[in-house]
Order: sequence, then C-alpha cells, then structure tokens
Amino acid sequence: MHNKNHKIILKSHGENSFLLLSLCLLLENVHKMKILVCISKSPDTTSKIAFTDGNTKFDENGVQYIVNPYDEWYALVRALEIKETSGGTVTIITVGTAADEAIIRKALAIGADDAVRIDAEPTDAYFTAGQIAKYAKDNSFDLILTGKETINYNGSQVGGMIAEDLDLPFVSLAVKMDVDGSTLKMEQEIVGGIQVVEANLPLVVSCAKGMAEQRIPNMRGIMAARTKPLTVIAATPEEAFTAYESYVLPEAKKACKMIDPNNMDELVELLHSEAKVI
Amino acid sequence: MTSLVYINGEHGLVKSAFEAVTYAKKLGGDVIVVSSGKSADLGKLGEYGATKVLVDSSLEKIDAQQVTRLVAAAAEQVGAEVIVFSHDLVAKAVAPRLSVRLKAGLVSGATSLPDTANGFSVKVNVFSGKAFGSVSVKTAKKIISLLPNSIQPELNGSACPVEEFAGHAGEASIKILEVKIPEGNIPLPEAELVVSAGRGLKGPENWGMVEDLAKALGAATACSRPVADIGWRPHHEHVGQTGVAIRPNLYIAAGISGAIQHLAGVNGSKVIVVINTDAEAPFFKAADYGVLGDAFEVLPKLTEAVKKFKASH
Ligand SMILES: Cc1cc2nc3c(=O)[nH]c(=O)nc-3n(C[C@H](O)[C@H](O)[C@H](O)COP(=O)(O)OP(=O)(O)OC[C@H]3O[C@@H](n4cnc5c(N)ncnc54)[C@H](O)[C@@H]3O)c2cc1C
Ligand SMILES: Nc1ncnc2c1ncn2[C@@H]1O[C@H](COP(=O)(O)O)[C@@H](O)[C@H]1O
Repeated sequence: MHNKNHKIILKSHGENSFLLLSLCLLLENVHKMKILVCISKSPDTTSKIAFTDGNTKFDENGVQYIVNPYDEWYALVRALEIKETSGGTVTIITVGTAADEAIIRKALAIGADDAVRIDAEPTDAYFTAGQIAKYAKDNSFDLILTGKETINYNGSQVGGMIAEDLDLPFVSLAVKMDVDGSTLKMEQEIVGGIQVVEANLPLVVSCAKGMAEQRIPNMRGIMAARTKPLTVIAATPEEAFTAYESYVLPEAKKACKMIDPNNMDELVELLHSEAKVI
Repeated sequence: MTSLVYINGEHGLVKSAFEAVTYAKKLGGDVIVVSSGKSADLGKLGEYGATKVLVDSSLEKIDAQQVTRLVAAAAEQVGAEVIVFSHDLVAKAVAPRLSVRLKAGLVSGATSLPDTANGFSVKVNVFSGKAFGSVSVKTAKKIISLLPNSIQPELNGSACPVEEFAGHAGEASIKILEVKIPEGNIPLPEAELVVSAGRGLKGPENWGMVEDLAKALGAATACSRPVADIGWRPHHEHVGQTGVAIRPNLYIAAGISGAIQHLAGVNGSKVIVVINTDAEAPFFKAADYGVLGDAFEVLPKLTEAVKKFKASH
C-alpha cells in the first residue's frame, strides 16, 4: 500500500521527484549500489583498418575513437537506469593514456558521476583487468559492469579476469538485469539460447545487446561532464601475459560471379561443384 | 607435452568438441579431456586423439567458477602445458578466470595452430573479422580458445577410457533458475550454412521464405541488426560487429545492403551469396556469387533448386 502511494506522488510532481525519490528510498530500504563501469575506447565502426611499421602497429591515421559500443550502450546505460530508480553512484574506469580522456568525457556526458583513468597503455587483458581489480579492491563496489567485448580485439577476457582476481562470481553476456535489493536476476546468452540466473552482490557482469537502449548525450550532460571529477591514478607494475606481434589483412575477394535470377539451378550447381559448400 | 581440452558434456557432443580435440592432437603430445556433465559417449573423443577423458558426471547447470575449479584441478593433475577450449559462451566465461588462476596467457578466438618457430604465437581474428593478428604468449602455461570452424575434425585413433573426476568443482555462487533453448535450433556460431535476411524483406511475415530455404539446406537463420532492433527477429540472430560473429562455409544474404558493420561479423565466411535488387549494394563487393533480383522471387526459386538438387544427390 505504502509503495503505491509513493509512486503516485512521484508521477504528479515531476521536477521535485528527486527529493521524494530519496524519501521513498529511505522508507523502502532500497539497496543503493556503488557501480563501477569499465569503459574502453575502440575505433569508430566505419574506420578503415590498416597497419604500419611493418604491420606491427594499428594505423591510427584518420581514425576516430569512440566508447566501445557494448560498454556505452549496454553497461553504462543499464548502470544509469539502476541509479535512476534506486539511487547509488556510477563511476566509470578506463585503463588508458591521456588521449582517452575524450571518450571518458563522452561517458560522463551520458550521465556517469565520476571517472577514473589508470594511466597506462593497456598492453593485454591480464594487465588491464589487474589494474581495474586493484582499484575495485581498494574502493569496494557492489557491482562491476563491463561490455561483452571490445570491438577491436574481441577478446571477451577482461570481465572474467577481474572477477577471478577479486574472487567474485561473473555473469557473462547478460542481456537483461533486474534488481531486487542485493539480489540480481539476469538473463544471459548461452550456447543456443538464454538462461535465467540469480546472484547476490558483489558481482561482475558483462553486458550484451538487450540490456538497455543507447542514449544520446544532451547539451546539459555535455556541459556538466566538463566539470565532473576525473581522477588519474598511476598504474601498478604488472607483466602482460600476451602481446600482439603483427597483423595481416584478409586476402582480397575475387570478383563476384553474377548469376541469372531465373537460373537458380546454376547457382546450386556452382555451390556444389565449384565452391564445394553443399 | 600434455594438452588438456575442456568440453561441456551436458548436452551431448558437438562438432566444436571434435575440432578442439583435433587441434590439441596436432599440438603434439598427449591429449586429455576434462568434461563437466555426461550425456553422451565421451569415450568417442578418443577417435579424434584423446587418450583419456576425466569427467565429473554429477555436474549439471554449473557456473563459471565451478568449471574454472574443475579445469584447474585437472590441469594440475595431468600437468597440462596447454589448455584448449572451443571459443563458445562457456569458454568466454571460464577461460579468462582460468588464465588468472593458473597464470597462463590466454589467446581468444584462435584460428590457427601455434607457430613455435620463434616462441609461441597464434593467429586470431581482430577488428571484428576485418584483420588477423598474431598473438605471442609469454607464460609457461597457455590457454587457447579456438574459433569454431577453424579446423576440420580428423579421426585419429579409437575410443578412449572415461574416468570419474569428482569433487573439484566446489559450490555454485550463481543460481540457474531456467534454461531456454529453442528446439531444433542450430546455434549460429556452430552452423556451417547460414541463410540471412535484412530490411529488404519488408516485414516479419515474409520470413517464411527465409526459413524454407534454411530448412531445405539444413542451415541456421540470421539477420541484420535493424531487423532484430525492430523486433522482426530475435536478438540472438543478429550478426555483425555488434552481434554474433560467424564464419560458416556458406552465408546467403538476401535484402541486406552489406554495411561495413554487418560485413565485420560475416566476412570470415568461406563463400558468400548475395541477393539484392540494387546493383550498387556494397555487399556485392564482398560476395562470391551475386544474384541481382527480387528476394521475393529469388528465394523461393533457390529453395526449389536446392530441393531438386538434394533429391538427386
Ligand atoms: C556502431 C554500429 C554498429 C552496427 N552493428 C551492426 C551489426 O552488428 N550488424 C548489422 O547488420 N548492422 C550493424 N549496424 C547497422 C549497419 O550500419 C546497417 O545500418 C545495417 O546493417 C543495414 O541493415 P540492412 O542491410 O538489413 O538494411 P538496409 O540498409 O535498409 O538495406 C536493405 C537492402 O535490401 C535491398 N532490398 C530491398 N528490397 C529488396 C528485395 N525485394 N529483394 C532483395 N533486396 C532488396 C536494398 O537494396 C538494400 O540493399 C551498425 C551500425 C553502427 C553505427
Ligand atoms: N583498457 C580498458 N579500460 C577499461 N575497461 C576495459 C579496457 N579494455 C577492456 N575493458 C572492458 O572489458 C570489456 C571486455 O574487453 P575485452 O576483453 O578486450 O574484449 C570491455 O567491453 C570493457 O568493458
């Protein structure tokens, strides 16, 4: 009964709802979460992929960096939604150099409260996860969110590594997350389908499509982002386990063979005898 | 040298398990398999080169921490130097944990055997399939998560013994409430043949044509991102840079323009067939075979042609 009344008041007050929300939270004893969202940069999805220095380095010439889509659209936005309904804080963290501050400000403009940058070139996932785990250990978070994977190196490694470092459960590829006090009910992708799981905080979750809808930052958010706190922390020395030595581009495709739309028998025959795939 | 291969034996053996054992065999040395759950004849893995299978058959619906403990215990017992996973959704949750636990460098999405001429380096897909990278592993122990369809399973021996390996997984910290796997679904990353369609199909009511062709071929179905976004098709069918990345033998794309983000998830396919009404559609540049025509006419004709072919072969 109580709860219903609060909701009605909330609706009718619009702008003042923040005060009332705080009051409701006190009354209902909602768990206010401290959420850490791991953000990495990735080249804009339309970037031309090329390499320099004898194919040992990604050619950054003319490349625009964006917030890795999974981190921004799904992890960050879901974290903000949780904060909007239950209170708490959303901190973003990135392991990167000063050049990455542009993408950090973008994530702040979407609505994170503050940001942490661990000042280092992220050499591999083990190194990156170690840095984040160390920060998380020192600042105890209830929930750590990552994206499903970075779209440049596609490792899907960092989230699981942070979880193991902190000895926390890890829910991979969550597509839905509902909060009930300190219990989270989630749906995650599994081979061939979906499974529904439940876990208690603290927890590490990697976020995939379905978790939330992309948000476009507005002018107010962009202005506010300029003055939000961004703490730069020195990296902890740590050896990487792996290294990218060189790159190659796939071989160019041969010209496409055009088939008469009225002769699908020919296409099937070619797929069988020439391409040998059926 | 000993290699350990992890297999989820809960739902029977799939092709990617044979690929992973074949890969481990090609590394040279002994191959031992560790499995959680047992619904199939795991001894069959011996035919692909395994000498023994360790299984905790009591385990079902287990979480990533439990699998990590199980594999770590097996790795220690057999003295494994290399641990091989098939790069599926279980591996994505377990292999990173195991990497930290065993202090073993992890290569995700490997597409080749390691090059050991100068250290230990493995080829992987990077930039969502737009390039390959060579990753060197600097640790003594190594973990390789093999991309499905990267290697052909090869028969190499006969059935091997299966031993119980219980008591290592510990307690679950994640409770699995429900598993939803649609019947008769070929999981996309496993599929060798995929039929996919995009906004050119105009509406979900027209997907019957796509499903008919898929059924005739024994293929899985996929779609472009906007199609999943509007809700014409389920999210798990969305392929591309922000969806599932696939590399089937055959990818047939009808009514998909071939935007760079779409291509990123499918250009590892061996053969691409594009059906489009627009000769300028960028997908034709990435295609092996092109059909300039209306999907509403071409798809049913292609389905008929496939049926005719199947009947005579
Ligand atoms: C950051 C980012 C990430 C993205 N990630 C992905 C991703 O992972 N996957 C993805 O698919 N997209 C992704 N996109 C979207 C991508 O850019 C394209 O918008 C999308 O792929 C277009 O989908 P489509 O080809 O189905 O539709 P359209 O671009 O509308 O193309 C429809 C095609 O159908 C053809 N057509 C029309 N009628 C017929 C007919 N009767 N018969 C045959 N052909 C017909 C048209 O000629 C056209 O080529 C992403 C975009 C961004 C910005
Ligand atoms: N340099 C980084 N700084 C912060 N978070 C990162 C970094 N690299 C990766 N992550 C996070 O880890 C997730 C998985 O990355 P990856 O293992 O590289 O596929 C990403 O979606 C991010 O949320």
